[in-house]
Amino acid sequence: MTTETMEAPAVAVPTATPPHPLREFWGYFSANHGAVAGLVIIVAVVLVALLAPVIAPHDPNLTNTAIALKPPFWQEGGSIAYPLGTDPIGRDILSRLIYGAQLSLLIGIAVVALSIAIGTVLGLVAGFFRGLTEIFIMRLMDIILTLPSLLLAIVIVAVLGPGLMNAMLAVALVILPHYVRLARAAVITETSKDYVTAARVSGAGTTRLMFREVLPNCTAPLIVQASLGISTAILDAAALGFLGLGAQPPSPEWGTMLADAREFVLRAWWVVTFPGLAILITVLAFNLLGDGLRDALDPKLKR
Amino acid sequence: MLRFILTRVSLIIPTFIGITLLAFFLIRLVPGDPIETLAGERGIDPARHEQLRKEYGFDQPILVQYGIYLSRVLQGDLGKSMITQEPVLSEFSALFPATIELALCAIIFALLLGLPAGIIAAIKRNSIFDHGVMGISLAGYSMPIFWWGLILILLFSVQFDLTPVSGRIDVLYYIEPITGFLLIDTLLSDEPEAFWSAVKHLILPTIVLGTVPLAVIARMTRSAMLEVLGEDYIRTAKAKGLSRFRIVALHALRNALIPVVTVIGLQIGVLFTGAILTETIFSWPGVGKWLIDAIFRRDYPVLQGGALLLGVVVMGVNLLVDLAYGLINPRIRHTR
Repeated sequence: MTTETMEAPAVAVPTATPPHPLREFWGYFSANHGAVAGLVIIVAVVLVALLAPVIAPHDPNLTNTAIALKPPFWQEGGSIAYPLGTDPIGRDILSRLIYGAQLSLLIGIAVVALSIAIGTVLGLVAGFFRGLTEIFIMRLMDIILTLPSLLLAIVIVAVLGPGLMNAMLAVALVILPHYVRLARAAVITETSKDYVTAARVSGAGTTRLMFREVLPNCTAPLIVQASLGISTAILDAAALGFLGLGAQPPSPEWGTMLADAREFVLRAWWVVTFPGLAILITVLAFNLLGDGLRDALDPKLKR
Repeated sequence: MLRFILTRVSLIIPTFIGITLLAFFLIRLVPGDPIETLAGERGIDPARHEQLRKEYGFDQPILVQYGIYLSRVLQGDLGKSMITQEPVLSEFSALFPATIELALCAIIFALLLGLPAGIIAAIKRNSIFDHGVMGISLAGYSMPIFWWGLILILLFSVQFDLTPVSGRIDVLYYIEPITGFLLIDTLLSDEPEAFWSAVKHLILPTIVLGTVPLAVIARMTRSAMLEVLGEDYIRTAKAKGLSRFRIVALHALRNALIPVVTVIGLQIGVLFTGAILTETIFSWPGVGKWLIDAIFRRDYPVLQGGALLLGVVVMGVNLLVDLAYGLINPRIRHTR
C-alpha cells in the first residue's frame, strides 16, 4: 500500500508516553468530518427519541378530521401549531416523526443486537471447531447471502404474518451472515497467534478461549459492521413497513407512515416528504458513523 | 479453464439444494391446511383431499416428501396459482421480461453515470468534484428508494408533468408481445409513438432502481482507480512520458475495472430487491409486484415458486459473474 491511496489522518503530537487508546481513537475519528457529523445527528435523534413525550407538540395518534391535510406552517393555510402539517386523518406529522424516531432506533439497535449475539457465537463456533460444523454453518450463511436480502425478509414475513416483531426477526436473520463471517475470519487469524497458544498451554478451556481471549480482539470489525448494520436494519424495516408487512398502522413507524400517505402524494407533498427525509437522514448518519469508525478502528489503514 | 468452470459450477449445487429446502419448509410454516395451500385450492372435498395427500406424499416420511418436491421443481413444476390457476412458471416467465428490461436499464444508467464519476473523482482526488461525488453517492447508498420514487413522481409527474405516474406503456397502445421487452416490441410494431410512450414510462423507474447501484459503482470505481494509480507500472508509464489520458484510459482503467465487475455482479441481487419496491411504486407489471400481490392474496404457491425462481436467477447470475471474473483475471483462474 502506498501513501497516496490513504486518507491523511491528523497525527497526534508525539509525546513521551503513547496516548490513551481512546484518545488515539478520537484523534483518528474526529479527523473525519463526515463521521463527526453522523455522530452529532445520531445523538440528536437519540435525544429526540428519549424526550419524545416532552417535545412532541401533540399526541401522535390523536386524529381530528377537521384539520386533515393541513400544509406546513410556511405555506398558505398552515399554522405553527402543526409545524410540518397534518396527515389525511388530522394527526400532527412532527409528533408522529418524533415518536417514529423511538421505533426506528429500537428497530435498528434490537435487530443488530440480536444478529450480533447469534452471529458471533455461530462464527466463533465455526472458527474454533472447523470441519463439518464449519462447513454446515458457512454454507447456510452463503445461501442466505445468495438470496436478495429484502426478498428473503419479505418471504419470511409473508409466512410468519405481517407485524413489527416478525419484520425485525426477518431483518435480523438477513443481516446475520455478515457477523458470522466476520467473527469466523477473526477467530481464524487470532487462533494462530502466540497469546492464544499461551492461554491454551496454561489450561484455558475452549469456551474461555472463545469468549475471553479471542472475542475481545475481534470487536473492532464487529463494531464497524454493527453501525452499518443499524442503517441496513432501519432501511429494510422501513421498506417492509412501506410494503405493509412491517409495523402496522396506526404505528408512527416512518416506513408505515409513507405507506399510509402514498395515495395522497398528488395532493399533499408534505405527507410523503418528511417521513422519507427522516429515514434518509438517520440512515445516512449511521453510514457516515460506520465509515468513520472503520477508518479509525481498522489497523490496516493506520500507519 | 475447464477445471475452473467445473469447480465453480459444482459449488452452486449445495446452494441450490439449500434454496429448495428453504422453499420446501417455509410453505409448511404457513398457518392452515398445507394440502390446500400447496394445491392452490380452497375447500377441497374429502376424497380429493385424500388423493392430493397421497400425490404430495404427505403419508411419506419428510425426506421422501422433499424428494418429491425436488423432482417436481427440476421438471419445472412449481405448482399453480391459487387465484388464476395458472402454472407459477408460466406466470413468472410472462412477467419476468418486464423486470429484466427495468433492471437492465437501471444498471446501464448506473454504469453510464457511475463509471465516469468514479474515474474523474479518483483523478481529481480531494477536489470539490471528488467530495461532491462521494457525498452524493453516500446519500444514494442510504436512500430509501421507495421514498425516492414518490419524490420523483412528485417532482416530474405532478409539478412538471413530464413523465407518467405508473405503468409500462400508455393504455392507448396494444403491443403484441414478441420478445417481452417493450422497447424492442414497440420498435417492431408500426406505431412509433408507442416506443416513446414506453421510454417515458421507463425513465422514473430506471432512475429509482439505478440509484443504489450508481452510488456503489461510483464509490467502487473511485477506490479501485486510486489503488491502481498508486502502482509502480503507472509511475513507469508516467516516466515514459505518456499522456495523462493514455495512462488513465489504457493502463489504469483496465485493472481498476476488475473489482468493479464483481461489484456489478453483486448488484444483481440488490437490483431484484429494489425491483420489488420500484415495481410496487410505479405499478410496473413485473415479478416484484407479482410477488407482493401474491402475499396480500395469500397466494402461497406463487410466493414459494416465485421466490425460488428469483433465488435461482440470482444464483445463476452470480455464477456467470464468477466465471467472467476468471476470464478477465487469470490470477483467479489459476489459484484454486
